[in-house]
Amino acid sequence: MKSNFTLIDPPSNDVITNCMHCGLCLPTCPTYQLTGLENSSPRGRIRLIKSVAEGKLAITEGFIEEMNFCLDCQACETACPAGVKYGSLVEAARNQIRLTERETIKEKILKRIFLRGVLSHKFQLKLVARLLYYYQNSGAEWFVQKTGILKIFSKKLNKIQHLSPRIDKVFFDEQYPEILKPEGETKYRIGFLSGCIMSVAFTKVHEDTIKVLLHHNCEIIIPKNQTCCGSLQAHNGDFDIARELAKKNIDVFLEHELDAIVMDSAGCGALMKEYGHYLKDDPVYSEKAKKLSAKVKDLSEFLFEIGLKNSDTLFNHVVSYHDACHLVHAQQVSSQPRSLIQNIPGVRYVELPEASWCCGSAGIYNVVRNEDAEKVLSRKMKNISSITPEYLVANNPGCIGQIEHGLKEQKLNVRVVHLATLLREAYGL
Amino acid sequence: MINSSVLSQIKTIVDNGKFLTSQEDKISYSYDGTPLLEFFPDAIVKPTTTEQLSRLFKLANKERFNIVPRGSGTGLSGGSIPVENCIVVDMSGWNKILEIDQENLTAWVEPGVITEQLHKEVEKLGLFYPPDPGSMSICTIGGNVAENSGGLRGLKYGVTKNYIMGLEVVLPSGEIIQCGGKTMKDVAGYNLKDLFIGSEGTLGIFTKILLKLIPKPQTSKTMLAFFNSPIDAGKTVSAIIANKIIPATVEFLDNVTIRSVEEYAKIGLPTDIASLLLLEVDGHPNVVEDEAAKVVECCKANNSIEVRTAKTQEEALKLKAARRAALSALARAKPTTILEDITVPRSEIAVMLQKIDAISKKYNILIGTFGHAGDGNLHPTCLTDERNKEEISRVEKAYAEIFEEAVKLGGTITGEHGTGLAKRKFLHLVTGQTSIDVMRSIKKAIDPNGILNPGKVFTIS
Ligand SMILES: Cc1cc2nc3c(=O)[nH]c(=O)nc-3n(C[C@H](O)[C@H](O)[C@H](O)COP(=O)(O)OP(=O)(O)OC[C@H]3O[C@@H](n4cnc5c(N)ncnc54)[C@H](O)[C@@H]3O)c2cc1C
Ligand code: SF4
Ligand code: SF4
Repeated sequence: MKSNFTLIDPPSNDVITNCMHCGLCLPTCPTYQLTGLENSSPRGRIRLIKSVAEGKLAITEGFIEEMNFCLDCQACETACPAGVKYGSLVEAARNQIRLTERETIKEKILKRIFLRGVLSHKFQLKLVARLLYYYQNSGAEWFVQKTGILKIFSKKLNKIQHLSPRIDKVFFDEQYPEILKPEGETKYRIGFLSGCIMSVAFTKVHEDTIKVLLHHNCEIIIPKNQTCCGSLQAHNGDFDIARELAKKNIDVFLEHELDAIVMDSAGCGALMKEYGHYLKDDPVYSEKAKKLSAKVKDLSEFLFEIGLKNSDTLFNHVVSYHDACHLVHAQQVSSQPRSLIQNIPGVRYVELPEASWCCGSAGIYNVVRNEDAEKVLSRKMKNISSITPEYLVANNPGCIGQIEHGLKEQKLNVRVVHLATLLREAYGL
Repeated sequence: MINSSVLSQIKTIVDNGKFLTSQEDKISYSYDGTPLLEFFPDAIVKPTTTEQLSRLFKLANKERFNIVPRGSGTGLSGGSIPVENCIVVDMSGWNKILEIDQENLTAWVEPGVITEQLHKEVEKLGLFYPPDPGSMSICTIGGNVAENSGGLRGLKYGVTKNYIMGLEVVLPSGEIIQCGGKTMKDVAGYNLKDLFIGSEGTLGIFTKILLKLIPKPQTSKTMLAFFNSPIDAGKTVSAIIANKIIPATVEFLDNVTIRSVEEYAKIGLPTDIASLLLLEVDGHPNVVEDEAAKVVECCKANNSIEVRTAKTQEEALKLKAARRAALSALARAKPTTILEDITVPRSEIAVMLQKIDAISKKYNILIGTFGHAGDGNLHPTCLTDERNKEEISRVEKAYAEIFEEAVKLGGTITGEHGTGLAKRKFLHLVTGQTSIDVMRSIKKAIDPNGILNPGKVFTIS
């Protein structure tokens, strides 16, 4: 039968048939654990995608629901002995849902305006961020009703308001020049992505990363014309815009001779490592994309490779580590950050039970599917409260925000920090 | 198709439990772990009480629809694949451990308890439930009982049936019986409990299971022995047993399997060797040392090129986890993996390996073989592509021949995965027609209308 997907970027048949439906991924899937239903398991979702591809199922409401219910945390990929690239299937399926105009109004507005319009354009992003800053800092609540993007959620606003990131007063790229040189000799030249949300709401993490990198003799290039990496767009199935953004970044970063491009956001890192995959059929960009992807490294990967400098002071604290999905599952980075933390003099490291279980942040998931995200979060909270460390390291802004929110609800006294922040404090930089 | 008025009665019966009928639901419950089989049920239900199950059976007899029990759907012979005119009864939600009795060393569990969860809970108390199928992270105890599943520890500790002391069963008539109990001995009447073990969901639905536990072995030692020829590995297995050593685990992996497993698990297996044995001895520390030394001797005497010992418990766990992933890891090489489950007397392992090799060459197909070699249980797994119909037909011919050879050696067509749908046409090879007739009359006596998982193991008429 004829496929019910379009011919543009359909989920790969080879990946679909690669799944031998053994079920070994089921115990690692947060949504399966919530419902106990095969439909909301990786194996079930793959079969649903297969059925659409074989023309046995239309792109139904139920199908769309399952694709959106998935966190795209890719825990199932790590678990799958057969090597099924599940993430690529669900992202392609979401792209199909978009292409066939099957998103709900809410999703459309959110994804088109927010992901396409705002995040993908620096000017709009800053404008909205400014407004949000004004709103957050003046208590001007009427703004919520007036500003389009926030209004869509007005019903649930109370619930998700806390998830809107705290906007910084001065944005990142307004503070830093294009090139930063370390005090001593330059050993490495690295590129740095300022990103979209990171650059307006997580400038502190960026600052810490930069301090730590400079301390390790890195010259840092922050190309002015770079753009958002495209990860939120790609994971939510907007391949067109993700590719456009990727091309821009490829041009901008490849202008420089770089030893590495260092990332402090797991989601961005995961996508930039995939540029090669997304542009594999592009005659002009396929090679360039591969070249760029090969240079991308998470901060923890990079520091692990070059080796941490010694520190004279003791950092006498209990520290634990939460695996961001887009680091552990999408990039298979898990031992490096742990090893770095364990090697900080004075640190007592405790392993977080189920550290690689999703926290529910999952890109924009906690905004669009707040109730499900809360349920996923509660499992994480239970695990954190079983050890209550002083510091919990998470290398992704989304996770930091989500876990902080959970901690506040439970009144738990744990500081959630990025690895860069921990290192900066440990070095006293 | 079950008509809508019957469906609504079913819905009323399951009450607070789930009742699912969407196209997406039907697709998601149309398969299990078996390749090439699928069928859409008319509905899926998740009943919550024994009474609901009993009423479902009564209605099924009255309205003549079929019931297919399901655990986690990891079966490899099609046991939980839906049939015509059926509802799937999903038991995976019955997942409570009801009691762990430390005085009698028993546990009452619901059938949906995940095997590995049970391991974790009893091991916290210093106890041990040995059956550990490769799928233990997700398969259910109910499914294990229905298939009489084995595992990596089968050689020393036996299979599921050796640990079942009692069952509560809802019969196809809707009546509920208990068989067995906490006594270590019981010869009152026919042994019905054993009849239900391995019945592949065709004689009743288990609602409670009483398990036997044993003390956890004090210590263990895990080793890997590498070989340049699969035959040498096979000979080693026979030699170990002939030397009167019973390791807990003796697992065999051939080169194709080793490469796939290494690609997935990255545990440093050499990918150029012809085969390896994963061996574990356990028990009292002195005995473990002694037996481990003897095992190493047997390996060396049979041309093992290297024997490695796991240095830590963590490393040992990793090795075993990697072995458990073997079947799925083989799917890396080719999209469709069709595996078999032949079992031969342990003395014949090397011969059987030679036969498999010859048959795969004859039909020009790629076979990766692994298995519980200590039990004589091999899983020759054909790596193919279901879209290539011509190759699939060669695979079928090759397997028919492998079955014949296994039976000729005094073996069987399935050691632990069950007959189900996938192997029922070969059943007579092992049992003979008269035995199948006896099985049919038992089925008829318990399920006269043939409403419970019909067509599994053998056809009804
Ligand atoms: C990767 C992989 C590795 C495996 N390794 C092994 C192995 O090492 N050893 C081994 O023996 N098997 C192995 N298997 C096969 C399979 O896991 C076992 O047969 C397992 O016992 C099935 O359990 P399940 O819960 O998935 O049952 P299902 O597949 O859902 O059902 C199996 C059968 O049990 C019946 N059933 C389920 N629940 C009940 C109940 N409550 N009452 C009555 N009948 C019921 C079903 O009708 C069906 O006939 C493996 C499978 C996979 C995919
Ligand atoms: S995705 Fe992988 S682990 Fe999950 S059912 Fe498919 S093959 Fe098995
Ligand atoms: S990506 Fe995460 S939520 Fe989605 S199917 Fe895989 S494990 Fe489940």
